Amino acid sequence: MTDIKSLEKLTTQVRRDIVRMVHAVNSGHPGGSLGCAEFFVALYGEVLKYNPKKFTIDGKGEDLFFLSNGHISPVWYSVLARSGYFDVAELKTFRKLNSRLQGHPTTHEGLPGIRVASGSLGQGLSVALGAALAKKLNNDDRLVYSLHGDGELQEGQIWEAAMYAAANKVDNIISTVDYNGRQIDGDVEDVLDLGDLDNKWTAFGWDVLHSDGNDMTDVLKTLAKAKEHTGKGKPIMIIMRTEMGHGVDYMMGSHSWHGVAPNDDQLEKALAQNEETLGDY
Amino acid sequence: MKEYEVQNIKDTRSGFGDGLTELGKTNKDVVALCADLTGSLKMGDFQKAFPDRFFQVGIGEANMMGLAAGLTIGGKIPFTGTFANFSTGRVYDQIRQSIAYSDKNVKICASHAGLTLGEDGATHQILEDIGMMKMLPGMTVINPCDYNQTKAATIAIADHVGPVYLRFGRPKVPNFTPADQKFEIGKALKLIEGADVSIFATGHLVWKALEAAKVLAQDGISAEVINIHTIKPLDVAAVLASVKKTGCVVTAEEHMMNGGLGDAISQVLVRNNPAPLEMVAVNDTFGESGTPEELMTKYNIDTEDVIKAARKVVGRKK
Repeated sequence: MTDIKSLEKLTTQVRRDIVRMVHAVNSGHPGGSLGCAEFFVALYGEVLKYNPKKFTIDGKGEDLFFLSNGHISPVWYSVLARSGYFDVAELKTFRKLNSRLQGHPTTHEGLPGIRVASGSLGQGLSVALGAALAKKLNNDDRLVYSLHGDGELQEGQIWEAAMYAAANKVDNIISTVDYNGRQIDGDVEDVLDLGDLDNKWTAFGWDVLHSDGNDMTDVLKTLAKAKEHTGKGKPIMIIMRTEMGHGVDYMMGSHSWHGVAPNDDQLEKALAQNEETLGDY
Repeated sequence: MKEYEVQNIKDTRSGFGDGLTELGKTNKDVVALCADLTGSLKMGDFQKAFPDRFFQVGIGEANMMGLAAGLTIGGKIPFTGTFANFSTGRVYDQIRQSIAYSDKNVKICASHAGLTLGEDGATHQILEDIGMMKMLPGMTVINPCDYNQTKAATIAIADHVGPVYLRFGRPKVPNFTPADQKFEIGKALKLIEGADVSIFATGHLVWKALEAAKVLAQDGISAEVINIHTIKPLDVAAVLASVKKTGCVVTAEEHMMNGGLGDAISQVLVRNNPAPLEMVAVNDTFGESGTPEELMTKYNIDTEDVIKAARKVVGRKK
């Protein structure tokens, strides 16, 4: 297993990438990206089996990851680049004309690591389930992972997919919800309260686990446990508590940094709180 | 004038069902999904023969489109089945993002399109589906005319890599195209050679156009009837060649005027060779309950309407 220290180092560098990327184009979504940095680093640094140099959409014999809340593309792009899918220098093209790093992730420009477009919320769970079904048909025992926003759970399609997965015992999928409690218009409980999320997923027939998403050790432990729960007739949902904007003090504690880029001074502050560990792009 | 013999009266949806079952035998990557309309879509035989490759998704069309997109990741060729209304309008954003923009090899198979769904009424009679689907970049849009052609089209689209919208209907209609035809996507079929007017028809209106041509011949109007089974990509060369000869056009479809075949042909003509054109299509209105034949008559997409349009457009030629 990769040691925690090196994963944490990578996480810090990813946070620098995120704030630098959104600052450079004065647009993008830093809040959720920062909050999910540990999760992405844990996935690509330790959990997933993948072949970044020979990327195929089909990904036969590999674990597959689907990002349903596509707006947190900065964290995914950073981790994909730093996992070898493409050159980290390409991060500077984020959201610019003719870039493969579109505002929201897409297969359209052929960026390695991405298997479906996402951005319009609520669609990724169904797609991930379809890929999981294909794995079963192909006798491919690798797993499918997906990540969703908590606000995204307000979309009806999520619950169509949730019902389908349990009824059909799709037990080769590990989904995670980024439970940061924030969405564009405010706190999730004020915009449209999700109610008892644990019992909702349990009632829908999912095997529910919990994680502290900003504690690398806990994320790794939960993902390992989730893997042990696969193949037992139930889809798995990790309810992962995170802090939106984690790692940049002034972005934490509210929803206001969901989709706002830092200015020059704010960038300085953010970088001062996250030292350059692996070299900026 | 060439006459077409009616081999039997059959629904196009059965052509889909039979084509799908045949595909199941020859192509192991073909999988099928249905949203609680297995009987209506005639998918029962496929389900029985290939239970492991059939996915009953319940009444959740959005999820079905996402599942289909996901199944392509791993090399499957998913065919989704539900009514045309629930195959398009209900799930437009899912098709747009997860299928079309993501370039997924999904075949969206849509039955009960248009007015001929009949008694269920306007909630289910979608007349905008061709328009919505043809606006999506990369989407192929096919609307075959009878049982044999729908069966052939179903088989053919499995070999086409990319998203396809296949539209067919509920009622039993004359089955007159060859049983052994090979379906070529994007290739218009000239059914009757003519000199005075080009009638471009799609779907159920193809047979109506053939009936109209017989009546027009008695008037001394020589109508060329062309089956546009593929609306996108449109066979531009065939359209232009025919209009160059006849000098005027009638388009005929079981669809809204806005966004349909008439729209597509008009665009080609105004940019290349403007010619008088009349559209037989539903004009900016919803349908209602009734029998298919009653509805075709009331909403002016019947044989008589094709005849009237042809007479009118011939008169408009300079």
